[in-house]
Amino acid sequence: MAAISRLPPVLKRTRRKMSSLAHREAIWGLIFLSPWLIGFLIWTFLPMVLSLVFSFTDFNLLKPDEWRFIGFENYVHFFHDPQVKKSAWVTLRFMLIAVPVGLAVPLALAAMVNSKSLWAKPVFRTLFYMPYIVPLISVVYIWRGFLGTYTGWLNRFLESIGIPGPEWLDNVTWIYPALVIIGLWGAGNAMVIMLAGMQNVPTELYDAARVDGAGPLRVFFHITIPMISPVIFYNLILILIGAFQYFLIPWVIKGTTVGDPGGSTFFYNMYLFKTFFIYDEMGYAATLAWILFFTALAVTLLLFGTMKYWVYYAGGEE
Amino acid sequence: MSVQSPRSRSLGSSSRLARDLRRFLAVASVTLFALMVLTAYLSPFAYMTATALKDLEQFSRATGPLWPAREATHTYEGEDATYPVGDKEVTVRQGEEYPLYQVPTEEGTRKWALVVKRREESFFLDPNHLEQGLIQWAGRWRTLEPVWRFSPTWNFIEAWELIKFPRLLRNTAIIAIVGDIGTLLSCTAVAYGFSRFRIPGKNILFIVLIGTIILPSQVTLVPTYAFFTRIGWTGTFLPLIVPHFFANAYNVFLLRQYFMTIPRDLDEAAMIDGASPFRVLVSVILPQSIPVLVAVAIFHLVWAWNDYFQPYLYLSTRPDLQPISVGIQQFNTLYAQRPHMVQATSLMGLLLPVVIFFLAQRAFMRGVVITGVEK
Repeated sequence: MAAISRLPPVLKRTRRKMSSLAHREAIWGLIFLSPWLIGFLIWTFLPMVLSLVFSFTDFNLLKPDEWRFIGFENYVHFFHDPQVKKSAWVTLRFMLIAVPVGLAVPLALAAMVNSKSLWAKPVFRTLFYMPYIVPLISVVYIWRGFLGTYTGWLNRFLESIGIPGPEWLDNVTWIYPALVIIGLWGAGNAMVIMLAGMQNVPTELYDAARVDGAGPLRVFFHITIPMISPVIFYNLILILIGAFQYFLIPWVIKGTTVGDPGGSTFFYNMYLFKTFFIYDEMGYAATLAWILFFTALAVTLLLFGTMKYWVYYAGGEE
Repeated sequence: MSVQSPRSRSLGSSSRLARDLRRFLAVASVTLFALMVLTAYLSPFAYMTATALKDLEQFSRATGPLWPAREATHTYEGEDATYPVGDKEVTVRQGEEYPLYQVPTEEGTRKWALVVKRREESFFLDPNHLEQGLIQWAGRWRTLEPVWRFSPTWNFIEAWELIKFPRLLRNTAIIAIVGDIGTLLSCTAVAYGFSRFRIPGKNILFIVLIGTIILPSQVTLVPTYAFFTRIGWTGTFLPLIVPHFFANAYNVFLLRQYFMTIPRDLDEAAMIDGASPFRVLVSVILPQSIPVLVAVAIFHLVWAWNDYFQPYLYLSTRPDLQPISVGIQQFNTLYAQRPHMVQATSLMGLLLPVVIFFLAQRAFMRGVVITGVEK
């Protein structure tokens, strides 16, 4: 609609005459959109509304018939809940390491396997991608063994070069780098997306830069990075959303002693999950989920606001 | 000219040689560096493979090598012989097996076969010098390090049968492939709608679509779970498959980005010839979109192959329907942890997606277009 009002008056009249055609086009368009529209209503919109309603009740699965509206009580409780503060802090601390590292490592890997001088590229790409496909349970087993304090391979290696290895999974500080390292093992997917971005950069740009005498590092930072900034932005959003919702790996790794060591892995989302599945407090769980959504939304919008300063779209805006 | 030409040719070939050499050095150094990074990156994978090839006995030991190994033994091949040991006699028989230990002696560490165990002294045979007979060694044999023999246990067959791997594979394949078909059909249609049609409110709808990416699944989890339980879908494949026939933001975004790069001339020409929009999609757009279709198919396949949370949620009561990612838990019960079986199973489960990725990666890379077209 906005597009029509911007057209000059003459064209506008033409458009109005063609309105039956435009109408037909809109109908066809809606037919093609319908799978998503229906799916969105059933699996996103209605559940969202329902969980919003839940968040104003004391609905508990143990006594599903005795729920009542309690207004903003859950939200008031949220701001006085000491566990919320602790868990939010845990999630934030994790994000501060996980997001930059989770962005930089796939970028570096992609640049490496995109190198003109690399031999057997398809093999390297596949092998770097492969750990992403390892099932979660198996990942947990591997890393529990690999990061073991005394018999773990990493600490044995560190010991052999004279560095005493830390208690990766049992220390309230080292657990974060440990979880980030485990997360990096799934960097293959982000690497592949970054790599695809790099391959879409026109080769003329590289040739021109080389003729001007730019070295590989300069080319990387002044051509590759700006040219793939939309891909980096896309990955940044995905990593950020993933970090907000992170809990599954520590949940499985710690098994029955969830949150250990010393509550340092009691992530916000783990608290949400526990409230939901173990305490059966649907009302409060819905409140926690909605506040998580608003936080993620606010951060994402903030990032979209910064986009014009660093994200470059080759096509420009129409 | 005639004098100069051979000289210039030789100059040319020597500079070409220099260029080739430089190129070779660049390839060698970059590949070597990448190989080192890869070694570090895949070292947990080496741990995984080593674990999959160990026997359960090796896990119960604190010492021992990192690789799959068993204690080596020596089979006595000489004539039967009887030796006096203290006030008794010991007979070493042909064909008998004796464990090998690393025994520190004055001439360095020797690999000897232990024949007689005593608390403070032991008697060994030197397999290389049987003629020396039993050698008395003062010291506690329990402090000795055994000789380890590289001995991978082929756990795959046992894991295959124990966990009923064909069934897990069938479940995983059904969930992944039917879901993949649903994703391709629905996301293609929706992306086509977003990229080619003027629809009132389209931009807002698109923002809502992208917005669902940042919606934490926990927001919709409770009502959705309740809904699936109410209509009796828990304990079936349906909650894991049916929603994929209704498109998702990631893949619609990817497909739309790609469709935007396809010039409109062809579909307009087809339209003028009287082709329906559906026809245009099938015979004009899709043939030009193979790379992105491959990319979406792989993204979904790998995601579904690996997804743990959803199958765990909806199939926890139905072990016979579980995919690999969840079924593997059977080796991870509190009282019977069998890490070697877990890793053997997941290595088997890895094979198919890795091969598919390897074969399809060229198309895959060309399919992911995020740069360039903004609106």
